[in-house]
Amino acid sequence: MNWHGVKAIYNFEMARTWRTLMQSIIAPVISTSLYFVVFGAAIGGRIQEVDGVSYGAFIVPGLVMLSLLTNSISNASFGIYFPKFTGTIYELLSAPVSMFEALLGYVGAAASKSLILGAIILATAGFFVPLQIAHPFLMLLFLVLTCVSFSLFGFIIGIWADNFEKLQLIPLLIVTPLVFLGGSFYSASMLPPFWQTVTLFNPVLYLISGFRWSFYEISDVSIGVSLTMIMVFLGICLAVISWIFKTGYHIKK
Amino acid sequence: MESIVSIRNLSKTYAGGFKALNNINLEIRKGEIIALLGPNGAGKTTLISAICGIVSPSEGEILVDGKDIIKDFRSTRSIIGLVPQELTTESFASVLSTVNFSRGLFGKSPNPEYIEQVLRDLSLWEKKDNKIIELSGGMKRRVLIAKALSHEPRVLFLDEPTAGVDVELRKDMWALVRKLRESGVTIILTTHYIEEAEEIADRIGVVTRGEILLVEEKDELMRKLGKKQLILELTRTLTALPESLSAHQLLLSDDGQQLTYTYDTQGERTGITSLMDDLRSAGIGFKDMQTKQSSLEEIFVKLVEES
Ligand SMILES: Nc1ncnc2c1ncn2[C@@H]1O[C@H](COP(=O)(O)OP(=O)(O)OP(=O)(O)O)[C@@H](O)[C@H]1O
Ligand SMILES: [Mg+2]
Repeated sequence: MNWHGVKAIYNFEMARTWRTLMQSIIAPVISTSLYFVVFGAAIGGRIQEVDGVSYGAFIVPGLVMLSLLTNSISNASFGIYFPKFTGTIYELLSAPVSMFEALLGYVGAAASKSLILGAIILATAGFFVPLQIAHPFLMLLFLVLTCVSFSLFGFIIGIWADNFEKLQLIPLLIVTPLVFLGGSFYSASMLPPFWQTVTLFNPVLYLISGFRWSFYEISDVSIGVSLTMIMVFLGICLAVISWIFKTGYHIKK
Repeated sequence: MESIVSIRNLSKTYAGGFKALNNINLEIRKGEIIALLGPNGAGKTTLISAICGIVSPSEGEILVDGKDIIKDFRSTRSIIGLVPQELTTESFASVLSTVNFSRGLFGKSPNPEYIEQVLRDLSLWEKKDNKIIELSGGMKRRVLIAKALSHEPRVLFLDEPTAGVDVELRKDMWALVRKLRESGVTIILTTHYIEEAEEIADRIGVVTRGEILLVEEKDELMRKLGKKQLILELTRTLTALPESLSAHQLLLSDDGQQLTYTYDTQGERTGITSLMDDLRSAGIGFKDMQTKQSSLEEIFVKLVEES
């Protein structure tokens, strides 16, 4: 194993975050605060409670997931796409670094950033609503699994994309709608029966539901199902990645 | 002589179906400076990229220090440094951090003293904390060289290192290349400036249309293909060459005041003596004469045209 190489990639990616501190850290704090003002204060004034939890508190896990998913994907996809775009990828390709080591560096950094982001959002949320976390370890497990699997997903997108439109396409057209319709701001039980069934086909619902359960012990689907779903997603991403590594798809000429 | 890079039956066909390399065989000797010359699109960059692992070969095999570049990529790549043709650098990272990054990427533990030395050799030390985007083109080129040297490679590829570089830096660069060679580093460079190859290389390879036309000791090449010209400034204008001189390879200039005689330096007899005799009997006098050795440039153009 070329650990120096992994570390170099990891540190380089993290350094990019500090250089773009505004975009990486401050922007999510502001957007989270805005969500609380709009949803927590305005809508929360009408809904008040969902399943015995105040509306403001109810939306916290969904908000965290919303940011984690989009940021994991954009961090990881950008991290690997940008060197391809500028041409600096030549160095990675000519270095004694295996694709697995590159993956560790890029995905590790993207997942770390998301974890930090998740912590920042939770802390910000703590200013607006009293937080209670029933199962901290389970919560952490969900956080880590989500960050890792969606960073992997982002890495795949970054390798696949050969222009900026493609880089934005999947996050914008698929991920964002799925996250918004995944029960971030409402409980699936609030929907008419037909739409409840439709929602069950949304993988993000399972994530948010499980994550929320670790806070308040309320969920749309059982925690076991949620955990299984995230593991399945992780497995799919790993399978796709190993296929990419075998074929050298879209990286080497 | 021991080989550090062995290329055997290497071919490369790009995804679009274009065959950029066609059955290349080349041995690069340990410790030499070899220059690859060839017109645009000849396949020089493709060849270098294949050795470095950026382009995957379609056929054939490449050994670096006796090891296969695919099966043993860790050990082959860790001794190779590459300065690419294009100025592709990070923009916002500092010079020092990007050079340290390269060293780490190549699996080496940090060595601040060595990195400082490299940056000083390239006159980059004062700029070490600058962002790369703040540097001029020539300085960026130097950063790329520093990155390539960061992990103490034993084989260094320089793909057109002097493109867009001023005379001063070019001199510094050749000084550095010689210093590296003295320390045992093998250097493979491509260039369009033929005088450069002439000045610095031990051997010269000519590449055209994906094939290696020839690889030869520079001096040997110059000698073998070198023609000399004897130019005579005439005392009076000639309208045509006299019949008695037609046996010699002579060329009369348009203004009729210059005769050019081309001869082979390798030949047993250059034919100069008999030319002089014939000139005298034809009553042609000259006021001045000079000889000219054909440069590598002319040799090169001729070779490429012939192929
Ligand atoms: N990625 C690619 N896909 C398809 N064809 C390519 C690719 N890269 C290079 N080629 C083609 O391969 C041929 C050789 O290119 P290469 O860059 O190796 O030439 P070169 O000798 O380095 O030229 P130059 O002196 O201009 O740098 C060219 O005809 C080029 O168009
Ligand atoms: Mg080239």
